[in-house]
Amino acid sequence: MKMIVCVKQVPDTAEVRIDPVTHTMIRDGVPSILNPEDANALEESLRIKDRHPGAKVIALTMGPPQAQAMLRECLAMGADEAVLLTDRAVAGADTWATANTIASAIRALGGAELIFVGRQAIDGDTAQVGPQLAERLGLPQVTYVQKLTTLEDGLLQVERRMEQGYEVLRVRTPVLLSAVKELNAPRCLSILGICEAYEKEIKILSIQDLDITPADTGLNASPTKVYRTFTPKTERAGVLWEEDAGRMAGKLLTALREKHVI
Amino acid sequence: MIHTDMQKLIRKSVRDFAQKEVAPLAAQIDETGEFPDELYQKLAKNNYFGITIPKEYGGTGAGYVVMCIVMEELARVCVSTTLHITSPNTLLGLPLANYGTPEQKKRYLLPEMRGEKEGTFALTEPGAGSDAASMKTTAVRDGDYYILNGRKTFITAAPVADFVVVFAVTDRSKGTRGITAFLVERGTPGFSTGKKERKMGVCGSPTSDVILDRVRVHKSQILGKEGEGFLMAMKTLDSGRIVVAAQCLGIAQSAMDEAVKYVKERQQFGRAIGNFQGIQFMLSDMETKINCARALIYDTAQKKDLGMNITKEAAMAKYFASEMCNDVAAKALQLHGGYGYMKDYPIERIFRNARVTTIYEGTSQIQQIVIAKQLLK
Repeated sequence: MKMIVCVKQVPDTAEVRIDPVTHTMIRDGVPSILNPEDANALEESLRIKDRHPGAKVIALTMGPPQAQAMLRECLAMGADEAVLLTDRAVAGADTWATANTIASAIRALGGAELIFVGRQAIDGDTAQVGPQLAERLGLPQVTYVQKLTTLEDGLLQVERRMEQGYEVLRVRTPVLLSAVKELNAPRCLSILGICEAYEKEIKILSIQDLDITPADTGLNASPTKVYRTFTPKTERAGVLWEEDAGRMAGKLLTALREKHVI
Repeated sequence: MIHTDMQKLIRKSVRDFAQKEVAPLAAQIDETGEFPDELYQKLAKNNYFGITIPKEYGGTGAGYVVMCIVMEELARVCVSTTLHITSPNTLLGLPLANYGTPEQKKRYLLPEMRGEKEGTFALTEPGAGSDAASMKTTAVRDGDYYILNGRKTFITAAPVADFVVVFAVTDRSKGTRGITAFLVERGTPGFSTGKKERKMGVCGSPTSDVILDRVRVHKSQILGKEGEGFLMAMKTLDSGRIVVAAQCLGIAQSAMDEAVKYVKERQQFGRAIGNFQGIQFMLSDMETKINCARALIYDTAQKKDLGMNITKEAAMAKYFASEMCNDVAAKALQLHGGYGYMKDYPIERIFRNARVTTIYEGTSQIQQIVIAKQLLK
């Protein structure tokens, strides 16, 4: 089975601060990481490969040349190949233009039976690229995959996480799946894995290698216009009571009733 | 030194592993003295046993800068864990890789790398510590066999070891050139290990005597050549020292981390104690010494990777880093006040773990002799 995992290098939002004046992210000194749910998608693909020797996992990303550091990490985890799509023409792409571009890159790589993506990237939190990508490629999709079992050749059983509970679905490949963090715990990197990752070649693609033109990608092809960014203010403060438990329970009951919670 | 991207990724991955897999167990390992086999297997899976060992013998050949990174990051969370890694990468693994026969490599080195067997190195005796050459253990030839008699002491991991490299005198008249190394397996008649020592620190790495009572060992179990055991051991000492120095660096860094956290939280006289200049002077001294050690250690490791002689540098790194980590751990404990003396705070364990580092792998005084000898030669 050939699998392409779409990955993104993101700033580690656990360490991100917002500039109070410009309302943009302060990227200086913030480490870049492999988007966590993309790591879940890669891990699951590698587990399929562990069960089915001969399967192949390709990590694909669109980003600046610095994203190679993250691709090395994907190779160290066990990806067979890593592909970086980098071109000034793709800069500023919103989710629509990104999906256009990545779909084209997947076609350039000859497609795959399984396209695995993370649910969403922690910098944008849109969760749109995965579904749009499936549409562009004309593939069925299952989002929020929290469990995956490979059945007979080309048939997968997946659990799709819902707000309350989950769906069990059976799908035939080719298919696009999006992973949630509950799917697995990504493996630790071995020393040998890292050393060998730095001996491998990273394949570089540019827009010339794709079946799209600059008009289909980047800022020009992005219908999303950012009107304003701001840091939401927390206006409602919490209430803290410190007294005996019985009295607090009574107060809590009254407060919840007042707010029509109960 | 400025690390390469690969070294940075290794540090990040070891730090992740240390936080996820080791840190939650560190206090328990120290208290119970039991090292979980599951964790041992994970160390093997990540290739931590074979960082300095060539690929063809089951290692990675990643070298000493990487080895120091791994030691530093793991020692920050659990020093006992690093003791399990030191031996296969230095005192035990290197002689096996460099002098072992193909059969010995297959039987001992490869399983050691895979975490299937744990071996250890037995040089020290009750009456032969720094003066290792004065050992009493003997090996007397008997046809194709040797009969070993004697007692080794303070042997790391001896209670759990599957095999031991034992140093014994084969020809007393030749001095250090009459000492031979033998691979002795647990289960060989006459081989036993003593009671587990009750130690001040690094309790998750069991230590005991190795007792040899008329142990019959075939000549094929000699590691290297007869009479070359002591010299073989001496050749690996530089590597062992730089690795222990990196362990000291990790211990000091963990003490520093705890100290900084505590002085920011602890309120006295109406403010966090970190705001007092007297406390800041202590912190700056600690941080400066840690980074002096760091510079010396990675510089020495890089030289080693480039094939340069590091006898003096490794001794200086081990001497400075081990003394430094005791000083930093003591100051960090002092900054915790009474709480630092309680077992509830990690600094108590860090302080106890630091203490052995100026003693094992050559005392500070022996390192000073080595340094001076290099200066005056």
